Amino acid sequence: MLSIKNLHASIEGKEILKGIDLEVKPGEVHAIMGPNGSGKSTLASVLAGRELFEVTEGKVKYFGKDLFDLSPEERASEGIFLGFQYPIEIPGVSMVNFMKTAVNEQRKHKGLEPMSSSDFLKLMREKKELVELDAALANRSVNEGFSGGEKKRNEIFQMAMLEPKLSILDETDSGLDIDALRIVANGVNKLKSADNATIVITHYQRLLDYIVPDYVHVLYNGKIIKSGGKDLALELEEKGYDWLKKGETV
Amino acid sequence: MEKDQDKILNEVTQGEYKYGFVTDIEAESIPKGLNEDVVRMISQKKNEPEFMLEFRLKAFRHWQTLKMPEWAHLKIPEIDYQDIIYYSAPKQKPKLESMDDVDPELKETFDKLGIPLDEQKRLAGVAVDAVMDSVSVKTTFKENLAELGIIFCSFSEAVQEHPDLVKKYMGSVVPYTDNYFAALNSAVFSDGSFCYIPKGVRCPMELSTYFRINAANTGQFERTLIVADDDSYVSYLEGCTAPQRDENQLHAAIVEIVAMRNSEVKYSTVQNWYPGDKNGKGGIYNFVTKRGKCAGENSKISWTQVETGSAVTWKYPSCILLGDNSSGEFYSVAVTNNHQQADTGTKMIHIGKNTKSVIVSKGISAGFSENSYRGLVKVVKNAKNARNFSQCDSLLLGDKCGAHTFPYIEVDNKDSVVEHEATTSKIGEDQIFYCNQRGIKTEDAIGLIVNGYAKEVLNKLPMEFAVEAQKLLQISLEGSVG
Repeated sequence: MLSIKNLHASIEGKEILKGIDLEVKPGEVHAIMGPNGSGKSTLASVLAGRELFEVTEGKVKYFGKDLFDLSPEERASEGIFLGFQYPIEIPGVSMVNFMKTAVNEQRKHKGLEPMSSSDFLKLMREKKELVELDAALANRSVNEGFSGGEKKRNEIFQMAMLEPKLSILDETDSGLDIDALRIVANGVNKLKSADNATIVITHYQRLLDYIVPDYVHVLYNGKIIKSGGKDLALELEEKGYDWLKKGETV
Repeated sequence: MEKDQDKILNEVTQGEYKYGFVTDIEAESIPKGLNEDVVRMISQKKNEPEFMLEFRLKAFRHWQTLKMPEWAHLKIPEIDYQDIIYYSAPKQKPKLESMDDVDPELKETFDKLGIPLDEQKRLAGVAVDAVMDSVSVKTTFKENLAELGIIFCSFSEAVQEHPDLVKKYMGSVVPYTDNYFAALNSAVFSDGSFCYIPKGVRCPMELSTYFRINAANTGQFERTLIVADDDSYVSYLEGCTAPQRDENQLHAAIVEIVAMRNSEVKYSTVQNWYPGDKNGKGGIYNFVTKRGKCAGENSKISWTQVETGSAVTWKYPSCILLGDNSSGEFYSVAVTNNHQQADTGTKMIHIGKNTKSVIVSKGISAGFSENSYRGLVKVVKNAKNARNFSQCDSLLLGDKCGAHTFPYIEVDNKDSVVEHEATTSKIGEDQIFYCNQRGIKTEDAIGLIVNGYAKEVLNKLPMEFAVEAQKLLQISLEGSVG
């Protein structure tokens, strides 16, 4: 599904990603861990197509297509979803209007008719329950006045609405209390299928108690320096990152 | 990063003006230039009673003593008032007393503008007075309204049929001495709409006037007068467009509203005059004096405007709150793009006791445009317990445009409360990316964000027009953000 080869990216001339290789297949859950500033969020942004970052080298194939040929909105319509670390507020734009526009734009991309209002509202109700979001959410402006936990749940809610093939969750656990963490993780687990894949970017092992990864990768200084199974996360929790930094080898 | 923003800006603000076509119809015009003879000629063409000619001549003589105002934050090249045609009327076939009395060419023009003049085709619940250049072409639903005692007709017709009402109220809110453009309009205005709602009548449909400039080198000077008698209600709409031309054209209008005891008038404008091209060539100079007088107790006047067109806009729809407990509202969205300039706002003059006013102004600037809010809140000594709340927000798209706020507050008593809030924001690259990431194209994202920003004002528009206005906002900013 996703094949990253020797990916280099920089911002304002400063290289952040220094040669990433990663293969993701349908049905898999990958966790990317690493200390602050290692390039985790940059990787997420580059995959989603944020223009702040310049890709200087390497290739990314997504279902056989060159990912960099696609605009951010095309990537979204092709099934790439980014759960933002800091979800953006859009004052005056209601969640219902925002989601309806997004769902119908993506349907248009697939050659489908726009969804009827009643079907859409039914879908919203259904998906809202998944992340235990307040029913009043639909009439509130996108992320405006949402608590930290609500914003993160709202990201998972949008993921549920858009049914992506590849979800990249950027530090979705940061700032969540244990109850919110459980709700978010449950949402992600329920959406898991044999056809879609998830990349979970996290700082702490904690989230991985709830979302069990098939693979764990350690990103440090713009490179993946170690990959392993879910036990690697536990090892990291115990020993920290320092023992890996020294070798910087896979 | 800046480069990206520029790109989005460029993409979103390069929308084309949809109404730029010209109708090829024979017109009856008078020669260019302005003098007493021209004023007399206009009055004569309209077969006006003596009091009208006198009013015009007084206004003209006063205008000659005035200079064009220069206090606005606008750069306007000198206007040669002798180089303008002051009267141009599309020549119509001989009139028939039926629905088909409108020239097919004209009908087609208004159809193209989305304003069908056939009552069957018309949006249910909206009566229209269609004005092209200097004359009213057709007023729909006149008969139905007449059954309720409502007078809705062109200004020219009102002068003929209801001279007493015209004489009583014309100039009672905006005297010809008010300002330069009011004096000019009073001298040469050629048509417009007139509306009278009798005591206790709630007008069952939206009344609207659609203004279209068609002829070249012509100025449009229309005048609208709305009188709402005791305990009445009316909602009024105004729309306007003009062909795409390289020369600037002048539009100087007057709107007067009189609201009696317990009456309410809502006046909504969707102004989409041709704004000029990307380089600032052409476009309408829009100098408008709009003012309402809450003459009676508990009366209410509400102005809502969506301003997207014109090369230059100079316009301050105002309320004189004379009656005790009367209230005035001003809700405005003003969009400027490319090289457009707008200096717009309101005046709320509190004279009666317990008078209230609300001002919500949302400016959106893109391209190289300049967008200013200018507002006066004045509370006189006897206006005990007056209240005002003002909110002026500016949204900037890109870094080459300007947004300015000039609030003037004059309060002459101690028990009034005046509040003013102002914000300035930019559409963030992060907001656009967030939308993109959900599959929403940049252009649509800006549409969403801008409409969200302007929602408070758009919600005040009658339903049918709110949808139109939303689309218009998006089109006006097309190509402006990157």
